[in-house]
Amino acid sequence: MSSRSRFLDATALTLGFAFLYLPIVILVIFSFNASQLVTVWGGFSTRWYQGLWQNRQLMDAAWMTLKVATLSALLATVIGTLAALALTRYARFRGRTLFSGLVYAPIVMPEVITGLSLLLLFVSLGLERGFWTVTVAHATFTCGFVAVVVQSRLVTFDRSLEEAAADLGAKPWQVFTRVTLPIIAPAVIAGFLLAFTLSLDDLVIASFTTGPGATTLPMRVYSQVRLGVTPEVNAISTLMIAAVTVLVIAASLATKRGAARG
Amino acid sequence: MSERATRRTIILVPYLWLAVFFLVPFAIVAKMSLSQVATAIPPYTPVFGLEDGPAGWLAKARELSLDNYAVLAGDRLYIDAFLSSIRIALIGTAILLLVGYPMAHAMARAPERWRPILVMAVILPFWTSFLIRVYAWIGILKPEGLLNELLLGLGLIGAPLQIANTETAVLIGVVYSYLPFMVLPLYAALERMDRTLLEAAADLGCPPWLAFWRITVPLSLPGIVAGCFLCFIPITGEVVIPDLLGGSDTLMIGKTLWTEFFSNRDWPVASAVAVVLLVILVGPIMVYQRQQGRQLEAGR
Repeated sequence: MSSRSRFLDATALTLGFAFLYLPIVILVIFSFNASQLVTVWGGFSTRWYQGLWQNRQLMDAAWMTLKVATLSALLATVIGTLAALALTRYARFRGRTLFSGLVYAPIVMPEVITGLSLLLLFVSLGLERGFWTVTVAHATFTCGFVAVVVQSRLVTFDRSLEEAAADLGAKPWQVFTRVTLPIIAPAVIAGFLLAFTLSLDDLVIASFTTGPGATTLPMRVYSQVRLGVTPEVNAISTLMIAAVTVLVIAASLATKRGAARG
Repeated sequence: MSERATRRTIILVPYLWLAVFFLVPFAIVAKMSLSQVATAIPPYTPVFGLEDGPAGWLAKARELSLDNYAVLAGDRLYIDAFLSSIRIALIGTAILLLVGYPMAHAMARAPERWRPILVMAVILPFWTSFLIRVYAWIGILKPEGLLNELLLGLGLIGAPLQIANTETAVLIGVVYSYLPFMVLPLYAALERMDRTLLEAAADLGCPPWLAFWRITVPLSLPGIVAGCFLCFIPITGEVVIPDLLGGSDTLMIGKTLWTEFFSNRDWPVASAVAVVLLVILVGPIMVYQRQQGRQLEAGR
């Protein structure tokens, strides 16, 4: 590689990553700002973090968000993994084209459309909106992501291992839990984490499908941001960034170990 | 469980789930877009009930009308919102390609042990709150914000630039938020590429820029297509970015639908907006799906 192209590569990466990380760095720095103003540095302080713990509304919303994310990610993982199995294992079945469309479409569908349509479904079914409707909505829009992640692992899967297990007398269920699942586990876990973080982050679909008493953290933050910029939002954002960073590093270590073993 | 029962469960569970929670809702949106607003709960008529019976349904079906679509077609606000959404999505996607391609290209050429770290570095901000990252841009772009302070401090401008609450701010927000969606498919395509082709071209006397244009770009085409659709479709329906960065002058259709639904509580018109938006996006979504299927096929 010529030194000129190496220079171009280094420039592209430096500028690109600066662009991606600068806003996050600024946000974290100003969450420790003693001053109320975002642009004026008034010295180091953790006062915004202290205020956070007394903010019951925020804490309730955070708890609600975690519950929704955990449950919806579990649901999405089951549905998405089954969908990935169906798409890779069964070359033809009635309505396969429609099925693959249904799996991929929620990934690109604008959230306003998904949110509005789900809300109207829940209204026509006469369901009371709240925790469960948000959870179902989140499982629906994230299961496609799980399917894509799991499918990419399944296409490189060596089917002869399953056949060997079946030849040795394993029942289909045993083949699945003892052979198939352990091999695709890293992708299933990655899919779960992706669905979990997508759910944690979602504002639009949650706003449409929730009801009174089930406000999620992004909705809480959104209403605060619109009312005016408070450093408290910076503080809670920093905490969320820290939590996700820890989670992602843990997950990447886990998958690396899994990959080394497999 | 028998082989057949297993097969049936594997297919039917996700199929039914997605049919009930993804496909059926669109039919309800379509029906709603033909209803009228009412000051009631639910805030629209006609309301179909099981107790009406076939005769009652027929009578109520006659009350359905295309009025909401006439409203959309007759009001510049909606037409402008649709047009400016498509314009912003097109410009945004073009900029994303220009910014994302050099990054993905550089990542694919980086030493092998660096690549997973670079990929992780692209994904990491995408896994932190989207809303909060967009919010951070307000602090940077507003008149007394950090960007203006910096430019004024460097003496590059005499007076603060008005960037916040303009379409430029929306474009900055869009490019920022969707960059990982563009970089990752491009990287996947470029990383898989057979590098010996470039060596062969160089041996035959092809200058690097021409080899890039004639070999690298065509081979990365699936990544380009996937990245563009992954950005273009959701940007068209974007709500949060135009709301936080765009101010009142920037019209985008996703935000209009949101306002129609939450502020004006006009569910039928919001549904009509959703139907038109969906119709506009069906083509691109189908192309994306084809692409997705083909890519997984190729990975086999």
